[in-house]
Amino acid sequence: MKLPHFLSMDGLTRDQITQLLDTAEEMEKVRQREVKKIPALRGVTIVNAFFEDSTRTKNSFDLAAKSLSADTMGFAGKGSSTSKGESLRDTVLTIAAMGVDGFVIRHGASGAPKLAMDWTGLPVVNAGDGTHEHPTQALLDAYAMRKRLGDLAGKHVAICGDLLHSRVVRSNIFCLRTLGADVTLVAPPTLMPPGIDERAAQEGFRTSYDLDAVVSEVDALMMLRVQRERMSGGFFPTENEYTALYGLTRERLARMADHAVVCHPGPMNRGLEIAPEAADAARSLILDQVTAGVYTRMAVLFHVFSGDGNGASE
Amino acid sequence: MLVKGADLLGEGRADILVRDGRIEAVGADLDVPKGAETIDADGLIALPGLVDIHTHLREPGREDAETILTGSQAAATGGYVAVMAMANTAPVTDTAILAEWVWEQGRRSAYADVFPIGAVTKGLAGEQLAELGLMHRSRAAVRMFSDDGKCVHDPQVMRRALEYVKGFDGVIAQHAQDPRLAPHTACCHEGPVSGRLGLPGWPAVAEETIIARDVMLARQSDSRLHVCHLSTAGSVAIVRWAKAQGIAVTAEVTPHHLLLTTDLLASYDPVYKVNPPLRPAEDVAAVREALADGTIDAVATDHAPHALDDKQHDFQVAAFGMLGLETALSVVTEVMVRPGLMSWADVAQAMSVRPARIAGLGQHGRPLAAGEPANITLVDPAATVRVDRDASRSKSRNNPYHGRELHGRVVTTLLRGVPTMLDGRLQ
Repeated sequence: MKLPHFLSMDGLTRDQITQLLDTAEEMEKVRQREVKKIPALRGVTIVNAFFEDSTRTKNSFDLAAKSLSADTMGFAGKGSSTSKGESLRDTVLTIAAMGVDGFVIRHGASGAPKLAMDWTGLPVVNAGDGTHEHPTQALLDAYAMRKRLGDLAGKHVAICGDLLHSRVVRSNIFCLRTLGADVTLVAPPTLMPPGIDERAAQEGFRTSYDLDAVVSEVDALMMLRVQRERMSGGFFPTENEYTALYGLTRERLARMADHAVVCHPGPMNRGLEIAPEAADAARSLILDQVTAGVYTRMAVLFHVFSGDGNGASE
Repeated sequence: MLVKGADLLGEGRADILVRDGRIEAVGADLDVPKGAETIDADGLIALPGLVDIHTHLREPGREDAETILTGSQAAATGGYVAVMAMANTAPVTDTAILAEWVWEQGRRSAYADVFPIGAVTKGLAGEQLAELGLMHRSRAAVRMFSDDGKCVHDPQVMRRALEYVKGFDGVIAQHAQDPRLAPHTACCHEGPVSGRLGLPGWPAVAEETIIARDVMLARQSDSRLHVCHLSTAGSVAIVRWAKAQGIAVTAEVTPHHLLLTTDLLASYDPVYKVNPPLRPAEDVAAVREALADGTIDAVATDHAPHALDDKQHDFQVAAFGMLGLETALSVVTEVMVRPGLMSWADVAQAMSVRPARIAGLGQHGRPLAAGEPANITLVDPAATVRVDRDASRSKSRNNPYHGRELHGRVVTTLLRGVPTMLDGRLQ
């Protein structure tokens, strides 16, 4: 399977996602060997262009690329929020002119990775763009959940938090629905993305304003970070109220099914959207998600950048 | 000059005899006076010269994107004989001297009459009224005022502006968009498409609440309000209601809001970034219907040229706006005339007669009749147009219709009897 790019979860088939997850399993085996490295992408140069700060995602991609023997170039540009200074277009064209094979791009503006691909003609892996998508996060979430819960078809996953400003939730809706999971989005009405009810009806997922109504029914509960500065935008009254209504408190944790798991893409606000007891619970997959990030990003880079995309485990 | 065999407003063939900038006679088979030029208008529709009450000519300040000369050349190419230049230049047109300067530059260009729109508030800051009366008394005789690009969102400032311009039959043209109902990063219509693309948007209600407020302020002050680039079904309903109450409100719609929908943003191509944003298909249907029934009075282009370096960015950073002068008539032909929503006489009303009346331009939007100024636009209604951004007379290339096939082409434009565009060629 050769992927021309990895910009979005939207548009991937169930077979493609399943194959990416299966490849990631092979990559997990690689990472458990004594020599944690295969030569699959030897001679391939990948630019990690992070226009927005992200230590964890950048390091995860870097480790993934190195485990495949790719050469990596870091680029920590400051994403410009104005049209002054060097434009994104000039920046990516300049790097492309050095003769690299493709980009991993994190950018604060939705759609920036797609435009970078249009401009350079090189394959691009989206490492998070604005409030649009974060497809490798969705893939690693699916990997961690599948490993613990088995096939995700028919499993019920709730995603709770600041859905309006989250790129993670957009990718996760596509990924989880394509894999056949039932999805419920939970947030106060002010933090729901515009038009979400229309989409929910079209795409077959549910929305709820009431975390208590769903917490005992789910196989997996994914808590999303709530930025404290959202309060000044009037999205919710106080931190205290947010925690009381939408936080994964100890009480709610106790009401979850025995087998159910807790996810969080990080970074966490302990005590705000997630109680420390929940973050550190046995049912928490939070560190498994980070580990899965390396395997799944290896799988993505492999399927995008290797010549034929076959033979991951040779 | 004799314009021979034109179909006047699509209502019947006639010849038009032009002398000294005026129409001397209109009738069947007029004799060609000795030495007079003849324009063969067989198969062409004759309209009163088009009038655009909303255009951005970028001079002074951004002459790399457009000048008053190139903008008026684009206007002539699109069949326009008069354009109203918005105030959001650098410096802002907020004093009599600047208004006169724009007016003078327009006179020198000679491709179209250029009339400045004055700012409502100093520097478009929305706080202190600009010198509205002095701009009116200047040689530019400004009667239309707008902070376009920004909304006059303080209700007290808007109230005072409406009251004040009554003194000289002025009109306030409002860019209706409450900035406090959206994040400052808003760049598109808020709805399912923006939700999916992760782009911050303005809800339709940010436009509608300002229009609702403003029509009540216009009623209270017994003054004249004009709504710029109306774009939502809710706005249509409010204006329809206000007109039924006898409130002095007029409204315009842009060609792009008549044709393009928010789905186009899926490409993240900034050529589709415009303010107000492209709306869903239901809104497009509503503004078409409102234009056809007269709730919306006029088509105005909101021609907004931008240099490449202001558009070649990610969607959130790129500049707002798209070209419109050269394609407006074709878009209106395509979406209104061909489907039978408007007659050519209706087009004359929406693109010439009513815009001239809204802006108070006595010499424009006049009937095609003896004694009137010879401002005439000849249109080939059957012609197919494949839009090519590189063929533009504008200095800019942000044309959202590039590659599209439209119908209806402007062939000839006469400004006071002088061809500014003749047989498809700019003069």
